[in-house]
Amino acid sequence: MTIEREEIKKLATLSRLAIDEKTIADVTGRLSSVLALVDQLQNADTESLQEISRPFHTSQRLRNDEVKETDQRDAFQAIAPQTHNGLFSVPKMIE
Amino acid sequence: MHNYTIAELIKGLQNKEFSSVELTQHFLDRISQLNDNYNAVITITGEQALTAAALADKRLASGDAPAMCGVPILHKDIFCTDGVRTSCGSKMLDNFVPPYNATVVENFARDGAVMLGKTNMDEFAMGSSNETSFYGPVKNPWATDSVPGGSSGGSAAAIAARLAPGATATDTGGSIRQPAALCGISGLKPTYGRVSRWGMIAFASSLDQAGPMARTAEDCAIMLNCMASFDEKDSTSVEQSVPDYTASLGNSVKGLKIGIPKEYFSEGLHPGTELAVREALAELEAQGAELVDISLPSSDLSVPAYYVIAPAEASANLSRFDGVKYGYRCENPKDLQDMYCRSRSEGFGEEVQRRILIGTYCLSAGYYDAYYGKAQQVRQLIQQDFSEAFKSVDLIMGPTCPSPAFKFGAKGDDPVAMYLEDIYTIATNLAGLPGMSVPCGMVEEKPVGLQIIGNYFDEARMLNVAHQFQQITDWHHQAPEAV
Repeated sequence: MTIEREEIKKLATLSRLAIDEKTIADVTGRLSSVLALVDQLQNADTESLQEISRPFHTSQRLRNDEVKETDQRDAFQAIAPQTHNGLFSVPKMIE
Repeated sequence: MHNYTIAELIKGLQNKEFSSVELTQHFLDRISQLNDNYNAVITITGEQALTAAALADKRLASGDAPAMCGVPILHKDIFCTDGVRTSCGSKMLDNFVPPYNATVVENFARDGAVMLGKTNMDEFAMGSSNETSFYGPVKNPWATDSVPGGSSGGSAAAIAARLAPGATATDTGGSIRQPAALCGISGLKPTYGRVSRWGMIAFASSLDQAGPMARTAEDCAIMLNCMASFDEKDSTSVEQSVPDYTASLGNSVKGLKIGIPKEYFSEGLHPGTELAVREALAELEAQGAELVDISLPSSDLSVPAYYVIAPAEASANLSRFDGVKYGYRCENPKDLQDMYCRSRSEGFGEEVQRRILIGTYCLSAGYYDAYYGKAQQVRQLIQQDFSEAFKSVDLIMGPTCPSPAFKFGAKGDDPVAMYLEDIYTIATNLAGLPGMSVPCGMVEEKPVGLQIIGNYFDEARMLNVAHQFQQITDWHHQAPEAV
C-alpha cells in the first residue's frame, strides 16, 4: 500500500504536525516503506481470533472515590509555558 | 571501585571498606572525565548525589541500611525525577522539570540507592541506535564509531564504560535487551505489569515495561527486588507478591528444558552471532540443561504487528504534548492551531513525527480494522505460539539481535532496516513475557547477547539460569579496552 501526498497532509492536520511542502515527498516515501512492512499482516489467518489490547487478561482495577492528593496547582503551573491568574494561558482561539 | 559489581559494592559498603560518599565521588569523577567520549549521561546530579550518599553513610553506620543503601546508579531520562530535568531525549521536554518522582525512582530512593544523574536515550524511546536523541548519539564504549543500541543506549553504554554499576531502563520492543547485547552487559525486561509504569513517560502503554541493567544477572536480581512492586497508581500494575530474586540464583540448571526456536536462527542472523549463541547453549547443555527444538511460527509477523500497535499507541500518548501545560511551546504562535502544530513539529524529531503519522494512519477511519484490529489479532497468534511452547519447555533462548553493533548511519535513511534490528525481541513485548539479555561472546571485537525468554512472572528462573551461565563464563567481566 502506498500513501499519497494529500493523505500525508491530512494525517499531519489530524496529528497537529506542521509539515512543510519540502519534506512531504520525503515523508511520503518513508511512510510507504513502513506501510509495505505492516502490510505483511494481511497474509495472516486470524479469522477465529479476537483482538487483544493487553498482553494478558486483566480487568480494570477500581478504587474508592477518596481524596488522596493535595492541591499541587502552583507546582504544576510553575513549569507551564504561560499562565495568567492561576490559569494556563494560550493564544486567542475565537475571533 | 568501578570494576566492582553491585553485589560487591553492597558488601564493601557494609564492611566499611569505603563509604558511599567516596564511592559516589569516584563515579562522579569518572563521569566528568569519561562521559564526553560516550555521551551516555545527559544530566549529572552531583550535589544531590553526595547529599544522598552522606545520608546513606549514616544509615549504614546505624545498622539500619536497606538493600541498596549507598549504591550509586543512573536513571534513564524517561523516569520523572522530582526537581531534575526529565527530557525523554527530546527537545519537547528539554525544559521539563517534573514536580514528582516516578514510582521506580521512589523505590530506589526508599532502598537507599544514590542517583548520579540521568542517561541519554532515543527520543521518546523510539529507536534502536540512540541516533534519534536530541542530545546527540551515544557512542558504544566497545567501538566508538558504532551505536550502543537503543533506546536505553545511554544506560547500557554508561555501565559498559563503568560510569555506574547499574542503571534503570525501559523496553517497548527490545530497548533494554538490544542495547544490553550490543554493549556487553546484562539487562532484564520483566513481565508486563511487574514494575510500575507510573511516572515513566509513556510510549506504547500496552508494551512499555521498566527493568534493570547491570553487568551481572545477580546485580539485575538485586535491582529487580527494588524495582518490582504493586502500585495502585498504575492501573496495569499486577497485584502479585514479589519474590526475593536473589534467593534462587544458586539453583542448578540440571534438567532444565530450554526451547530453541528455529525461527530465531534463520536468514539474516550474523554467522558469528549464531556461533556465539550456540556455544553458550552448549555450555548450558554441558551443565545438564536439555535443549529442545521448538517453533514459534508467527515470529515473522511480530515486527509488522509491532509497527502498527506501537505507533498507534504512541500517536495517542504523545497527543498530550501540545505546548499548553508543560514542555516546548513555539515562539509567537498566531493562533491556537498554529501553536499546537508548530510546537509539535519543532519539539519532536523526525522519527517521532514519522511514528505519530503512522499511528494516526492506522487508527483513522477506514484503516482501523485492516491495520490496528488485524495487528491486535496477530498479537494473539504470537501469544499462542509462546503458550504452546511453554507447555514443553521451561525457558526459550536464542540471539538477542541479529548482528553486533553497527556503525553510525549504517541503517541509513531506511526506517524498516532499523526496525528489523528488534526482530528477536519484539514478540515478547507483544505477548507481555519477560526477556533478558546476557553477554555470551564476541564478534569482530564487539559483544554478542544471549536472549532468555521466560513464562509470565518467571523472572527468578531466568535470573537463576543467567547467573549460573555467568558462573561458568566470563563474558560479563570483560571490559572495553579504553575503560
